[in-house]
Amino acid sequence: MFATRAVTSIVAQNAARSALVKNAAAVPNGVRSFRATHANLEQSPDAESEILRQQRLVRPKSPHLTIYQPQLTWYLSGAHRFTGVGIGAGFYLGALSYLALPAMGYNFDSAAVISSVAAMPAAAKVGLKATIAFPFVFHCINGIRHLVWDTGRFLSLKGVYQTGYAVLGATTVGSLYLASL
Amino acid sequence: MSVSLMSAAAVRPALRKHIAAPIASYVRSFNSSATSNMANPAPPDNTPAKKEPLYKTFEIYRWNPDTPAEKPILQEYKVDLNACGPMVLDALIKIKNEMDPTLTFRRSCREGICGSCAMNIEGGNTLACLARIDRNASKPLKIYPLPNMNIVKDLVPDLTNFYKQYKSIEPYLKQKTPPTDGKENLQSIEDRKKLDGLYECILCACCSTSCPSYWWNQEEYLGPAVLMQAYRWMADSRDQFGRERRDMLQNQYSLYRCHTIMNCAKTCPKGLNPGKAIAQIKKDMAFD
Repeated sequence: MFATRAVTSIVAQNAARSALVKNAAAVPNGVRSFRATHANLEQSPDAESEILRQQRLVRPKSPHLTIYQPQLTWYLSGAHRFTGVGIGAGFYLGALSYLALPAMGYNFDSAAVISSVAAMPAAAKVGLKATIAFPFVFHCINGIRHLVWDTGRFLSLKGVYQTGYAVLGATTVGSLYLASL
Repeated sequence: MSVSLMSAAAVRPALRKHIAAPIASYVRSFNSSATSNMANPAPPDNTPAKKEPLYKTFEIYRWNPDTPAEKPILQEYKVDLNACGPMVLDALIKIKNEMDPTLTFRRSCREGICGSCAMNIEGGNTLACLARIDRNASKPLKIYPLPNMNIVKDLVPDLTNFYKQYKSIEPYLKQKTPPTDGKENLQSIEDRKKLDGLYECILCACCSTSCPSYWWNQEEYLGPAVLMQAYRWMADSRDQFGRERRDMLQNQYSLYRCHTIMNCAKTCPKGLNPGKAIAQIKKDMAFD
């Protein structure tokens, strides 16, 4: 009984209050006028999600490649990608040249390539060989590193760095050897 | 109180110092103004002489959503390292308190367990509360938000997508046959050990946002943090949906955008190895 009365009295109060709110405009700007206007509407769920939607449209992307610290991990990964693309492109370019260049009137076959390279000065020969050998050797050896990783071995941070430096060392030795041939 | 005051007036000046401090704190406790309560009490006279200020420049990424047309900038702040805590978070809080209250960043626990203050410090992702300030004052310290994320403000990135991805791997125990006694999920000590190095992840997103694959395929690729948590549930002997969990990843993007770059393991502030966990998933999927 008491509970019911309490509830009804609260309802009655609320009714009185909401009537007051409705007439908020009529209430003079007194000590504590409560105004359910713009500021409150902005916090309705719909309005909030609209604000969020508008904000998401203008949010900038934080910088990445340009500010991230150079590390062996992602630099070697990038190098693997670039050397792979480079060697692939070189291979296709060379193969297509065999096909296309004679048709376009240029003399391009194995004999012509051999004779033109033989006519080069020694420094140019070594330089040319090194530029081809370096990406090739790196991509091969780093490829083996990736195959080893796929078995789950050397995947600790220490293993990643050890194998990384090993690949760099082996690449240097290997490409110098190929360049000296 | 009055007794000590009177005696303080009577004692030699050398002794007065020792009595002055308790009086000062007593008087302060009567002060009801909140703002003056926040002010530092005068340092007692016996503190060591103040060190020469050592000013280091902090360059901090700023972007304000209220002026979205303005490009993000690096703003410089000079902080006296001899009047600042040892960690980058201490410096950030000092800057916010004393120089620029508009500087915005997330922080909570200040001890590397909540993952809130993840950001890019000196080029690497880490928790500001665990990163020591390099005391070499000649070099500025650069602070960016986590890389390639949508920025809400200053150092605060929008992690909505990251959390959605985490939700997508169903990071909770799933069983086909519940325990027979209907009570506990028993686990051997060895099986429990398999979760070490996985469960400690605090989802700070340092690893995911350090991953170039995640930079380029953020929408499709789940990223190291989420994949490690996926593996955490596959590796759990109490979970019976390992096969189904792996099947969910059986597509071009979710898992296989991982190219074993290993930036994740390099950057993890908790010393975990998401790359290894991902390799383990790949291996398990190959033998499924």
